[in-house]
Amino acid sequence: MKVQRCKGTRDLSPEEMTRFRLIEGTFRDCCLKWGYQEVRTPTIEYLHLFTSAGTLTPSMLGKVYSFLDWDGWSGERVVLRPEGTIPVARLYIDMMKRGLAKLCYVVNTFIFEETGKKTRERWQCGAELIGVNTPSGDAELILLALEVLKKLKLEGVELRLSHAGLIKALLGKLDLSPEEQAQMFDRILDGDRRALAKLKSGKAELDAIIFPLLNLKGRSSGFLKNLKALSAQALPEFEPYFDNFIAIVDILEALGYDYQIDIASGAGFEYYTGVIFQFFSGGEKIGGGGRYDDLIPSMGGGDIPASGFALYLDRLMNLIKPEMLAEPPGQMVLVKPASAELWKQAFSACQRLREAGHVAKLYLGEKAPAGSRWTLEIQDKEPSYLLRDGVKSSRTEAQSVEEVITLLEEESERKGSLA
Amino acid sequence: MSVKVALPKGRLLARTAALLQNAGWGLDGYHEKARLYRLKCAKFPSLSAKIFHERDIPIQVAIGNYDLGICGLDWVEELLAKYPSSALVKIRDLGYGHGALFVVASRWGEISTLAQVKTRPGLVRIVSEYPNLAESFALRQRLSRFSIFPVWGGAEAYPPENAELALVRGRTEAELDSYGMVVVARVLDYSAFLIANRSSWEAKELDSVVASICNGSGLLAEEDSSTETVMAPEIGHEYLKATDDIVRLALPDGHQQAALLELLDKAGIRVEDYPSAVGNRRPRINLEGVSVKVIRPQDMPLQVANGNFDLAITGRDWLLEHLYQFPSSPVKEILDLKQGKVRMVAVVSQTLPAADVYSLREFATARKEPFRVASEYVNIADKYARENHLGHYRVIPTWGATEAFLPEDADLLIENTETGQTIARHNLKIIDTLFESTACLIGHARIRSSSKKGKRIKSIIDILRAAVGG
Repeated sequence: MKVQRCKGTRDLSPEEMTRFRLIEGTFRDCCLKWGYQEVRTPTIEYLHLFTSAGTLTPSMLGKVYSFLDWDGWSGERVVLRPEGTIPVARLYIDMMKRGLAKLCYVVNTFIFEETGKKTRERWQCGAELIGVNTPSGDAELILLALEVLKKLKLEGVELRLSHAGLIKALLGKLDLSPEEQAQMFDRILDGDRRALAKLKSGKAELDAIIFPLLNLKGRSSGFLKNLKALSAQALPEFEPYFDNFIAIVDILEALGYDYQIDIASGAGFEYYTGVIFQFFSGGEKIGGGGRYDDLIPSMGGGDIPASGFALYLDRLMNLIKPEMLAEPPGQMVLVKPASAELWKQAFSACQRLREAGHVAKLYLGEKAPAGSRWTLEIQDKEPSYLLRDGVKSSRTEAQSVEEVITLLEEESERKGSLA
Repeated sequence: MSVKVALPKGRLLARTAALLQNAGWGLDGYHEKARLYRLKCAKFPSLSAKIFHERDIPIQVAIGNYDLGICGLDWVEELLAKYPSSALVKIRDLGYGHGALFVVASRWGEISTLAQVKTRPGLVRIVSEYPNLAESFALRQRLSRFSIFPVWGGAEAYPPENAELALVRGRTEAELDSYGMVVVARVLDYSAFLIANRSSWEAKELDSVVASICNGSGLLAEEDSSTETVMAPEIGHEYLKATDDIVRLALPDGHQQAALLELLDKAGIRVEDYPSAVGNRRPRINLEGVSVKVIRPQDMPLQVANGNFDLAITGRDWLLEHLYQFPSSPVKEILDLKQGKVRMVAVVSQTLPAADVYSLREFATARKEPFRVASEYVNIADKYARENHLGHYRVIPTWGATEAFLPEDADLLIENTETGQTIARHNLKIIDTLFESTACLIGHARIRSSSKKGKRIKSIIDILRAAVGG
């Protein structure tokens, strides 16, 4: 019988795990240096955390993995974490209560994907900045994400910006009931651009401002300032959103970052309230985030603003260039005792090699893989150690493990100087 | 080419039988008292039909055991609400069995509009035979805190004190109103539908069978749409003013009632209007400080666990089914009432080469296809298959007439039997007995015996114990 992997799941091979750890490690290093602390939330949460208005869109809620736990006789359902931010917000309310928190995490999320062709378990690297509501805070998150992507040597990374506050204000101007507004916002967040085409405000002069706003794309804060001027008379209440958006964009511009403004591309979560940012590479979305000032208040955590982002590990893994996958430091040595009596010497030789920073593999009867360079033979006669170089087809005798380590180091230095 | 058709028992049977008679099918034995579930069709000799509980039909068609099926759209939508990618095609509205699903509250409760539900702080409990549709209603309405309680029946009995809302079948709002329910939302209009398995529909020649069903439905007489109005039984005052001292007792509806009445009688307990001809679910009892509600025995353990009832009379089978799903549940058996004895058994087809569970394990694990276990008792069946290492198995939930599943639609049944006669009549054999089940009194594990209520509970237990003679 064929052993089946669960539909919609994936295994990570040793090669893929090298990519995974490179991204995870780079992300953690950057975050720690920016003063973020790592946290991890449980895989299972209560469903009600995600069902309130202003959390997940109904279309996402229809795809979560929810079930009754073994003690679910009260009807309280649990869910496999469908996204990373809400659990971290819960953790903040639970553990930190008040004040500024800079948190980062690497977690898996679960969303049902009908065809089973894409994965239903996905990994993300996320960072949340809780307790601040300033343009510089939003800019920090964008720059942090861009730094991670840069360190991963990803080329052609595009930054697209939108603003949830502005979208909501625009929808508020249209002839829609509050319920229809919420639905339309969800549809925009779910990436349904056609939804916008069907809208009408009922007033020609408003249409003349709103639709260009929703459909225009621009590349500078000048663009936003123009839009602000255009709408200042008819829509004065839009001003704070424009000012906030312009302030963020000004910081990016001053630092020399490229970006594109596309109001209607607000893909993301219903809990966004301010700027929304997305990262693309080769046309594929590799991450995104935004400001969500109403989430923690709606969860009962008090009036705490926040923003954050997530990078999609599964997609980044495909974009990592092979040269980024450095070999482990030191040399890889296969340690091979000549007879059964020499196990003790073999284990201690391995230990010394590892302490010296090399990778030591004990010979267990396997064939040496092609291209593996060093084999250390341990003999019960003189010389006690014989180091074979599979690349040069040479062998060197040694009396002690220390001598072997010196030989390996000389070789490493030579390699280093050649490079 | 053979065509397999799933036909409904219950509410749609009479009209469906009339339709197929119009279509000239010449079925042998498709009527209310059908004792065998496999039918031959004179018009289409290669057609085989089987009778199922209506709720099983969309599932059986979706998984491809049947090419065509006739059932209410309500059960189709209940399946699709949870599994939208099911391989089902809705072919045609057959024009009878009309009804609608409503979300209702109780006239005696605090809720009368959807807006009130949405702005209500705290938990919204929704009771329904349609848990998937109830959940999608709750999600669509963005209720932030809700619990769905699936029930086997009698959902309308729960509001206002045991649930805020119920999702129920009804014909008109007026009808529900006459039962004391307030309609909060209309969720779905349904009628009998012809459905098909998607790959059968795409690949098989079903045209002559489908055409005859369509012709038959065209010839059906107009449905009698007159609704009988039933007056709502008045709710006992003790229910509405249920203080902490009142003991809430759940009594079963269904076939257990006769034997139970005898026992109650012996104990000197009188319950007015039980069983009720008018569907009264809140009969009065001659015990002071006790209020009674009549619900399905299947639903009692969950309701006791949630504190909606202090005591309930149900079968041990349903208690165990509950405890296997929720091992930490606070429900326990208090008293064995020693009546209604049945055995929970493992049943296979006579033709299956297995005499006991050990040879069954060898058979199941040697097989390439998953081993199919059908049962009304999903958790008991799952535990049995798991603990007996039946390899790669699947549990198929059913809603009755389970014997019909063997051998073609399942490999093993877990079900209860009194005499074993039904099992033998269907050419099946018992290979294992899991446990014996009798009626029992169940209650919450944490009752403070010192309280007024605790004392009342104890006196009920004592009266019943004396009547049982134990």
